[in-house]
Amino acid sequence: MSDGMQPLEPKAGAATKSPLLEVRHLKKYFPIYKGVLRKLVNQVRAVDDVSLFVREGETLGLVGESGCGKTTVSRCILRAIDPTSGEILFREADGRVTDLAALDRREMRRFRPQMQMIFQDPFGSLNPRMTIFEIVSEPLYVNGMRSKTEREDHVAELLRLVGLRTEYMARYPHAFSGGQRQRIGIARALALNPRLVVADEPVSALDVSVQAQVLNLMLDLQQKLNLTYLFVAHDLSVVKHISDRVCVMYVGKLVEMATTEELFQAPRHPYTAALMMAVPRPDPSSRDIIQDLPGEVASPANPPSGCYFHPRCQFATEVCRTQTPELREITPDHFVSCHRAEELHLAGIKVNQETQI
Amino acid sequence: MVTQIHPLIKPANDLTREPLLRVEDLKAYFFMDEGIVRAVDGVSFDVMPGKVVGIVGESGCGKSVTMKAILQILEAGAKIVNGKVTLRSRIHHGDPNSAEELIELTHLHPNSRQMRRIRGAEIALIPQEPMAAFSPVHTVGNQIMETILLHQDVSKKEARQIAIDVFRAVGISMPEQRIDSYSWQLSGGLRQRAIIAMALSCNPRLLIADEPTTAIDVTTQAQILKLLRKLQEERQTSIIFITHDLGVIAQMADEVVVMYLGMVMEKGSAMKIFKDAQHPYTQALLRSIPSVQSHPRVKLPTIAGSIAHPFNRPKGCPFHPRCTHFMRGVCDASQPHLVEVDEDHFVSCFLYSEADGTKKMTKTGAALAKEESL
Amino acid sequence: MMDSIEPKTLQPEGAAPLEKADPAIYPPDEAVAAPTEIFEEPLVTTQEEERISIASNWTLVWWRFRKNVLAVISTVILLFLAIVVFIPDFFATMDPEETNARLAFIPVQRIHWLDEGQLKPWVPSVVGKRDPVTLAMKWTTDEAQKTYIRFFGTSWSYSVLGIFDSNIHLVSAAKADQADDDLAAQIFLLGTDRLGRDQWSRLAFATQISMTIGMISVIVSVVLGLLLGGISGYFGGWIDNIIQRLIELLQSLPTIPIWLALTAALPRTWSPEKVFFAITIILALRGWTTLGREVRGRFLSLREEDFVLAAELGGASQARIIVKHMIPTFTSHIIATSTLAIPVMIVTETSLSFLGLGMRPPAISWGVMLQEAQNIQTLALAPWLLTPGLIVIVAVLAFNLVGDGLRDAADPYSH
Repeated sequence: MSDGMQPLEPKAGAATKSPLLEVRHLKKYFPIYKGVLRKLVNQVRAVDDVSLFVREGETLGLVGESGCGKTTVSRCILRAIDPTSGEILFREADGRVTDLAALDRREMRRFRPQMQMIFQDPFGSLNPRMTIFEIVSEPLYVNGMRSKTEREDHVAELLRLVGLRTEYMARYPHAFSGGQRQRIGIARALALNPRLVVADEPVSALDVSVQAQVLNLMLDLQQKLNLTYLFVAHDLSVVKHISDRVCVMYVGKLVEMATTEELFQAPRHPYTAALMMAVPRPDPSSRDIIQDLPGEVASPANPPSGCYFHPRCQFATEVCRTQTPELREITPDHFVSCHRAEELHLAGIKVNQETQI
Repeated sequence: MVTQIHPLIKPANDLTREPLLRVEDLKAYFFMDEGIVRAVDGVSFDVMPGKVVGIVGESGCGKSVTMKAILQILEAGAKIVNGKVTLRSRIHHGDPNSAEELIELTHLHPNSRQMRRIRGAEIALIPQEPMAAFSPVHTVGNQIMETILLHQDVSKKEARQIAIDVFRAVGISMPEQRIDSYSWQLSGGLRQRAIIAMALSCNPRLLIADEPTTAIDVTTQAQILKLLRKLQEERQTSIIFITHDLGVIAQMADEVVVMYLGMVMEKGSAMKIFKDAQHPYTQALLRSIPSVQSHPRVKLPTIAGSIAHPFNRPKGCPFHPRCTHFMRGVCDASQPHLVEVDEDHFVSCFLYSEADGTKKMTKTGAALAKEESL
Repeated sequence: MMDSIEPKTLQPEGAAPLEKADPAIYPPDEAVAAPTEIFEEPLVTTQEEERISIASNWTLVWWRFRKNVLAVISTVILLFLAIVVFIPDFFATMDPEETNARLAFIPVQRIHWLDEGQLKPWVPSVVGKRDPVTLAMKWTTDEAQKTYIRFFGTSWSYSVLGIFDSNIHLVSAAKADQADDDLAAQIFLLGTDRLGRDQWSRLAFATQISMTIGMISVIVSVVLGLLLGGISGYFGGWIDNIIQRLIELLQSLPTIPIWLALTAALPRTWSPEKVFFAITIILALRGWTTLGREVRGRFLSLREEDFVLAAELGGASQARIIVKHMIPTFTSHIIATSTLAIPVMIVTETSLSFLGLGMRPPAISWGVMLQEAQNIQTLALAPWLLTPGLIVIVAVLAFNLVGDGLRDAADPYSH
């Protein structure tokens, strides 16, 4: 399982850093049982053959609509849930590569400190019965830091790092606003010096005026601590704002993966293009640009044949109805799963110079 | 209960210049054990016929309470303590050609017959949670027909036909079949369309949409927004559109009301608000949101701090602790009032002269230094 | 607009407030050597806010609980009953089992607090005359003959919780040391029953037994419920299935016949202590099922909580997650639920004993005492025999009010 990471490695040039994490053919099916005898009647293909990689020090954005499987992918990577099949290759600091999907719960504990998570809900992710010190220091304690003064120093440093006052240590979560709680959650995630941080919709529960604070903080910390982010979100503008590269998912499948600029300026998958066109922009003069995508998201329990997107795709042909497209690299570092990727010329989003001056 | 009725004697073409709904200095407070929450504290705006007014604000800004106060559906413990809400109501509900009268909704009892007739027939609500809006034990069609029968003098058969028609109007395919389905059988997008159909079923002239697309995905959201725009143009319905999403507001609203902690910070046409915002809060908010049109991985300007808890709203201008233009002794001393800085563009900020709306140069040194450095 | 436009490059300053120098409102920031700029609003905390900020969960529960006046009053009542449970002898005026046929059906003696303008409590003595026709005793009170009451006087010696001995009693007749048969040397604050036993003293001991049965059977239920519910909810799978079916089975059994059968099966020869424990077990055997379900439900929902996942990702062991994160989260709910379960147990025990199937004489419980008031004739003649029923109502109400208060206060984060 440690024979390099060839399949998805881009062909030339683009790769500047080696991947920290590579996911290969990840599948997570949730069974649906029926009746007294709990007969298996169907499966929800929450994640259906997803392959992606995250380079050291970069932010990979994972974007899609609800039910596309983006959260399931992130939880499988952290082994919060067990994948049905596939490989999750993780490269440790010394270069050793391990398939996390093959580990059991006990073996997994050795890898926990290296990969941490930032949660969506700033209220549910902090135990209301613990003080901030207890919350942030718990990972330190369970990983062997028994001296309380040492932990206190460490927590103080972490709180300063995320822009909170060290005096807050004795307080309980109820004393904090959503944005502050999210900072506490980030401090906890950083306590063990992780190399990979999975952020699951970290700003979607926050007020608009607070979101930018948390996004800036994450950018800051990435620079300071050389963190690698897997950033899961449904909001394209947030993903664009923070990511070096972006993956787009649709009904359990990865449809496109490319650098942020390229993906937004020249999308190659019709779904990516449609998704971008549907985002309402804070600009009244853009009203004619916004386009809707007809139809509804397919059910992962009962996906269509061929390309899962074909019933909504205006470019669909016969081959789209019958054959499932594979994810392939059409230009260096640009992966698409669309039969017609090469021939389509899809409109992207131009960076608006006017609003930025 | 006093109901003031002023018969309106005006030529029909002039009516389009009269507001359909006027909210004046509306105040709605929550009286709780822990104290009084001034959820809505002096909100005024007009809804012109056929126009979309967007109310935008973050949590605790009072946008939903404003909506509930207009409809008089405030929860227990909340009360309208001041202000007038005047509706130009049709005397015969549901009849588009009916004569009109001015009704002060704040003078009606929330459970009065008249108020109940106004809700649904004159002002209809599109709620945020489409799942909760329909009962799971009745078909969607039956619930819509019930509304129609309540407000209009039609037979059951006619009501069914009206329901099928509005289903078709909101773009639901096979309306004859779908009308007999239960809400849980419909997908999220269809359910949202069914809710809109229900709101439209009695031909209201004012729709209040309370975060109608917050619970749905972006591609479906685009469909719903497009639908609302189309219906609004076809039927010349006025809409009060409430949301926290500046993008959605920019796409939908003709007029925008920006609220913060129960007060109106700025209001004006969408173009003015988005292209030429004058209030420091609006300016900062617009700068701080990431956009699909901006460069990736560029730090955003932020607004410091977080929104105060409504229990201890800051004195003076509620935004002052987070404002870069904060003037000590001014902003934290008294509340600013809305001043007209441009035609139909109002700002509530001490940076602008109350007399003529021009920008005052009485800025603090730091604020000036900051401006110079830019 | 000049200042509505920002450069597209890095904006490290953000919009950090520039105007905060007034130390009274905005203490200076230099104490924080911040590697990351502090976006916090300044520490404008009043003492009140600070107090709330560092208030633990239990403090918040207490703050909310104490706002509930009825619950607080009920707590005081329960605390008083608890004292009675621990030292019934202190409250008793005489031996609760002492019978005296000559003193049957003595009515309640009303306490007069003042004597000739002075605070000197007394009760009028009772005078008995036998009705020559029916041969029944007719008791009248003689206001002229005063039996003075003594507080904290000494009498027979008893053990306090097995720690030390005491002979102090709350109330007794002033001349209690004199001859036993002298009516003036005895007080019957709640009258006497058919066998001339003092109701007041009996009630003190009945309180001990009945309350203890309620408490112990709830404790046993809680232990069983926590254990089995916890196993069921945490591990899931086949063991969960077995426990759930067991709970369903136990809950589907009709309670009264089962209790009747079980208690009737207790050998008549058993000592009151044995019967006592048997009854608590019988009550607990079904009592744990509701609690077991609740605990299981909490475990199931807590397993999905983000903070539990966060602890797991931080490397915490299963045991630590259960002990540190899950159990503290539902302790307050469990306490509330158990408090609400106690009155059910008390009422059940009382009913069983009333029907002669629970505790049996010579043991004294509220139910046993109420047995004395089973026929209408006694009720008409001696209505004071119903006082145990009154105490049952008070105790059950108090437990319910405290339980409700706890349940409402248990989740201080609900708003």
